[in-house]
Amino acid sequence: MTLDAKIPEGPLAEKWSKHKFNLKLVNPANKRKYTVIVVGTGLAGASAAASLAELGYNVKAFCFQDSPRRAHSIAAQGGINAAKNYQNDGDSIHRLFYDTIKGGDYRAREGNVYRLAEVSVNIIDQCVAQGVPFAREYGGLLDNRSFGGAQVSRTFYARGQTGQQLLLGAYSALNRQIHAGKVTMFSRHEMMDVVTIDGQAKGIVTRNLVTGNIESHAGHAVLLCTGGYGNVFYLSTNAMGCNVTAAWKAHKRGAFFANPCFTQIHPTCIPVTGDHQSKLTLMSESLRNDGRVWVPKTKELAAKLRNGEIKPADLKEEDRDYFLERKYPSFGNLVPRDVASRNAKEMVDEGRGVGTSGIAVFLDFADAIKRLGEETVREKYGNLFDMYQQITDENPYKQPMRIYPAVHYTMGGLWVDYNLMTTVPGLYALGEANFSDHGANRLGASALMQGLADGYFVIPYTLGDYLASIGPKPVDANHPAFKEAEKEVKAHIKQLLSLKGKKTVDQYHRELGHIMWEYCGMARNEDGLIKAKELISALRKDFWKNAFVCGSNEELNQNLEKASRVADFLELGELMVEDALKRKESCGGHFRIESQTDEGEAKRDDDHYTYVAAWEYKGDDKPETLHKEKLVFENVKLTQRSYK
Amino acid sequence: MMRLSILEDMKLTLKVWRQKNANTKGQLVTYKADHVSPDMSFLEMLDVVNEDLIHKGDEPIHFDHDCREGICGACSLHINGRPHGPKQGITTCQLHMRSFNDGDVIVIEPWRAAAFPVIRDLVTDRSAFDRIQHAGGYISVNTGGVPDANCIPISKVVADEALNSATCIGCGACVAACKNASAMLFVSAKVSQMALLPQGQPERYQRVQAMVTQMDQEGFGNCTNTGACEAECPKEISLSNIARMNRDYFAANIFKE
Ligand SMILES: Cc1cc2nc3c(=O)[nH]c(=O)nc-3n(C[C@H](O)[C@H](O)[C@H](O)COP(=O)(O)OP(=O)(O)OC[C@H]3O[C@@H](n4cnc5c(N)ncnc54)[C@H](O)[C@@H]3O)c2cc1C
Ligand code: FES
Repeated sequence: MTLDAKIPEGPLAEKWSKHKFNLKLVNPANKRKYTVIVVGTGLAGASAAASLAELGYNVKAFCFQDSPRRAHSIAAQGGINAAKNYQNDGDSIHRLFYDTIKGGDYRAREGNVYRLAEVSVNIIDQCVAQGVPFAREYGGLLDNRSFGGAQVSRTFYARGQTGQQLLLGAYSALNRQIHAGKVTMFSRHEMMDVVTIDGQAKGIVTRNLVTGNIESHAGHAVLLCTGGYGNVFYLSTNAMGCNVTAAWKAHKRGAFFANPCFTQIHPTCIPVTGDHQSKLTLMSESLRNDGRVWVPKTKELAAKLRNGEIKPADLKEEDRDYFLERKYPSFGNLVPRDVASRNAKEMVDEGRGVGTSGIAVFLDFADAIKRLGEETVREKYGNLFDMYQQITDENPYKQPMRIYPAVHYTMGGLWVDYNLMTTVPGLYALGEANFSDHGANRLGASALMQGLADGYFVIPYTLGDYLASIGPKPVDANHPAFKEAEKEVKAHIKQLLSLKGKKTVDQYHRELGHIMWEYCGMARNEDGLIKAKELISALRKDFWKNAFVCGSNEELNQNLEKASRVADFLELGELMVEDALKRKESCGGHFRIESQTDEGEAKRDDDHYTYVAAWEYKGDDKPETLHKEKLVFENVKLTQRSYK
Repeated sequence: MMRLSILEDMKLTLKVWRQKNANTKGQLVTYKADHVSPDMSFLEMLDVVNEDLIHKGDEPIHFDHDCREGICGACSLHINGRPHGPKQGITTCQLHMRSFNDGDVIVIEPWRAAAFPVIRDLVTDRSAFDRIQHAGGYISVNTGGVPDANCIPISKVVADEALNSATCIGCGACVAACKNASAMLFVSAKVSQMALLPQGQPERYQRVQAMVTQMDQEGFGNCTNTGACEAECPKEISLSNIARMNRDYFAANIFKE
């Protein structure tokens, strides 16, 4: 099978408008004859479900939380990008496009990224119209802040809770459609499988998490808006429930998985404190606007700090190494995430880390407080500082924060074409669940933008084209394909519940996380990856023999839910490692130790790796097949990324 | 993994509400938690207890949680008689064990309210909150066709005040704290956000009526101005929202006549 990304012909700036014109439309009276299934109601899913329902389609929406308002999107802190150029600082659609392509280390499609930049401006308009209370200046107009990888201020925000406000906006639009009867909402439901008939996606099988009922839902198309898979690392900044199950089941039904090894490790998170740790907490990138990152100049000073002989404030300016400012004078503390993370790791590896564990660097606000006053700093970042103090019991107004990188986001995901359709006709992927726009590294404040772009402004157009082509003939949930899928789901659950070994599901998850972090984390090499493959494969086999799963199916059973998700992570982990192994170049967040510049930066190999790796599932325990989608750059010149 | 904490372990006695499902009776069951680090969050402490229970072949304690950073509103434990525990302005997941002492007895219960029936153990059904939002918690705009964002100037003071209201995480602590199990703080926060903003004006009175009517149908109690909701709200949503909603509600009735 050859991958066709379906990027429209023509000049970059005209592709999307031309494409929109060429897409088939569904006549308004016919829309109500179609049912669309939307799995996931985070930013991508809620915006898609609401917008499609407004157009007249019937929508069935699903989430595993008790309410759509609790999707992981709620936790996004810093902001959302848009090329509004309200600051008159030289921003434009083209600049946002360029920054995103470059930030992604030239491993994303030009056409998709340009469209994203184009619709970014509409997103802000839409959210304001819904009543999202973005930060304002005294004159009453919208305020912006700066994020990494950009030299303009284009990030819109609502204190440190931008994701919450955007999600509540999308949730309100969704609620309006639920009230109108156009969306039927199924909370506390987990999608367990995709159902295809004659090769087309026609519905899903779900488990009601309260009763355990296995149910079929039929529709004309299925949209997976199920978020990222960062929790494969066990410790990450993701919410506890984030998982790969929906995407993975779709993968097993024929949807290719793209660039699975592209993981974002966020530089500013609160360091691990002990083995009880269940998740890591992000300190928003926006803090790097005013916070300065440093470690002591020497190992000796670092050692004294660690054992409490001296305090950070005792260190004179000349004894501090503001390593990002030193190495990257033009971007300074605002270099992209992958660069900032790798540098922090380097400092720690050199023995210059701080905190009792030595696995941390400082993020210092002393200068900002001197310059702006504590009140202004509190106004800008108050809730983040409070969060930090709550967790660490240290006051960041008085002493520098300790931070360290943590897994945060997954650029990889289901392969989709320009229309957001996967390799299974009628099956779409939106938001973090797809791979499309961020290449090998995502810029801060661009995930919210992409989720809402997909849901509000892309899928309402592209889905119509497909629906018009298949026609409104009803789909029957009693079709044998549904019965067959239900049977398989039930068998899978039964098998999980039959596991009565010695180790808990969490133990397996934690072990998998260790393997992934150790060998497929911030730095990767061939030997380590080969080892990781063996370890994961052995761990997976052990899981299916020695794990212990409690309770029964016919009840709320959080242990069973977790077991089912971990089982999928154990399969995904191996594919991530395989993908990392095959890509022998470094690019963005994927750092192959074998491929670096003299200065230790990621070194791409454009001659051999300018492609999207799309993996095809071939059956249990069979190696997956790699398909390559060549990336074509007609508008930007590929250069070694430099933030100096 | 290495033990990074330099602090001593604490020993605690937990009395936890266990209830198989909505149709069975529940009871408090006592557990020992012997290896509690002060650095753990409250939910991490429960994770450790649950791992022990599973090892012993017992059913783990069920509780709602997701983000574990105080924003999703999923966690909802009544700890020693107070929603989200002893500290002000935080959720259960933000509570750390250093707020307790070695040897403490901790009673953990679900939210108690007729409108929030127990599903299992500490998990309750809070879908009533969603249904109130369905009734009117929105501004009726479709996707597309809206004006440029800066065409609607809003003073910083008003925008900040609207955000203060919009900060509500929908956890239900206000209901759990109230002796009447009233949902006024929750509903008024949404009503206020929209009533403060120019975008919310066209549907202002209709919205408050629709939401209050739904609230009453869900079986929440009346507000008798005791202020427990504000005191226990993890996001410190102000009682002034209730006053604002009451004003709008009365105004709505007058306009109707
Ligand atoms: C702490 C943190 C801070 C962040 N800050 C920012 C920021 O400032 N700016 C920015 O741009 N990005 C930020 N991000 C990234 C951004 O928040 C996410 O990438 C984005 O919100 C993902 O949205 P989504 O709609 O794709 O998925 P999600 O919001 O994760 O939603 C997934 C949905 O799918 C459902 N689901 C999943 N699996 C199943 C299943 N099997 N069955 C049924 N339902 C299922 C869930 O219930 C949920 O409704 C941040 C991320 C984190 C972790
Ligand atoms: S788990 Fe999200 S607020 Fe506590």
